[in-house]
Amino acid sequence: MTPRLCRGVRLTYDHTRQTHVLLFPEGVLMPNATAAAVLELCDGERTVPDIAAALGERYAEVREDDVGDVLARLVDRRVVEWA
Amino acid sequence: MGVTEGVQPPLGMLAELTHRCPLHCPYCSNPVELVTRERELGTDEWCSVLDQARDLGVLQVHLSGGEPLARPDLPELVTRASDLGCYVNLVTSGLGLTEARLADLVDRGLAHVQLSVQGADAERANLLSGAKAHDHKLTAAELVKRFELPLSVNVVLHRANHDQLEGMIALAERMGADRLELANTQFYGWALRNRDALLPTREQLAAAEPVVRAATERLRGSMQVVYVLSDYYEQYPKPCMSGWGAQQLTVAPDGTVLPCPAATTITTLSLENVRERPLAEIWYDSESFNAYRGEDWMREPCRTCERRTIDFGGCRCQAFQLTGDAAAADPVCRRSPDRGLVDALLEAPHGSNEFVMRGMR
Ligand code: SF4
Ligand code: SF4
Repeated sequence: MTPRLCRGVRLTYDHTRQTHVLLFPEGVLMPNATAAAVLELCDGERTVPDIAAALGERYAEVREDDVGDVLARLVDRRVVEWA
Repeated sequence: MGVTEGVQPPLGMLAELTHRCPLHCPYCSNPVELVTRERELGTDEWCSVLDQARDLGVLQVHLSGGEPLARPDLPELVTRASDLGCYVNLVTSGLGLTEARLADLVDRGLAHVQLSVQGADAERANLLSGAKAHDHKLTAAELVKRFELPLSVNVVLHRANHDQLEGMIALAERMGADRLELANTQFYGWALRNRDALLPTREQLAAAEPVVRAATERLRGSMQVVYVLSDYYEQYPKPCMSGWGAQQLTVAPDGTVLPCPAATTITTLSLENVRERPLAEIWYDSESFNAYRGEDWMREPCRTCERRTIDFGGCRCQAFQLTGDAAAADPVCRRSPDRGLVDALLEAPHGSNEFVMRGMR
């Protein structure tokens, strides 16, 4: 299972608010730093372990479960889907 | 004034590029007095509005109207908004959306299309839009899907199409919509004239509820169904956006900046124009944006009501329209001393089924 952004969802950086933003038809979400880091890796190719490993190179103590939790919340918000 | 403290930058802008429109919908919420073509902002002016909006914090731009495709400079405006990093949404009747035009707009960064639907079949839809529109809508939906953009279908429900609710849900499914908004008509602008003929009956609303609930369940995961209630029949008002001047602004075709799309309803509000004042100043400092921001303007019963953080006292436009006072509680609210005005409207026999189509002679 490989997560990816739902169709029509875009992740960009907003210089006005100095934060990542997720843009989609119904609104705007401002993911926190962790969620943004996960989202940047949601390309429909990487699996959850891949994402955890990639994050592990940048941050200390990244657990697969935590990545899974972040993704579950994003799926609930309809911005991420499982490919 | 002095409310500026704590005011957040806006997230979204509704850019009403033109009031010109090929349809004649009786429920149109644009003002009775439309902005003429000569008074519309030019391309450079719109580009400046987009630049200013992005600087101010706007991330979502809804290009709307009237029919935005009636503006020959639409492609340039899509490029500008998209290059600025905004999410660009086209709100259209579908008329005039050819394959070549859509291909170009997608190329320029268009992200999403919102398509209006008036009825379930050609006969009803054409009757209710006053134009041979239905086939164009089918074509438009087909194109949007072919270009793999997310598609939202928007339906305004009223007495003359509630009976086709199931058919319209099925149509949205056939169109491949990702999202379907079924909104009972609100009475602003032109629609207010036709309130008598448009107000759904209690029976229609009761019949709609299980249909909407079943569709929402059945389509979960493939098409999101959003249902907007008929507020006159409710106990509490609809929330005013996320609060007045909190997240959204509207720019009318002539550059008038509106805290709410229907704000021209409130004739006592002094509105400002981007031709005369920078957008940021209007957002933060203008009388119109500060008039109903926050809670300071509220009176009883809203001031001490626990629902004030949920509905913000309801709709300012409706309060003005029905009571003559825009700072009153929305008279839809059963705690409002003016609720009797709404009840009287509901109890009045639905005299006429005849409505006046917009702009048809
Ligand atoms: S004032 Fe009324 S019409 Fe305007 S946004 Fe608020 S609820 Fe909607
Ligand atoms: S009294 Fe005012 S705040 Fe309370 S529910 Fe009614 S309109 Fe909303």
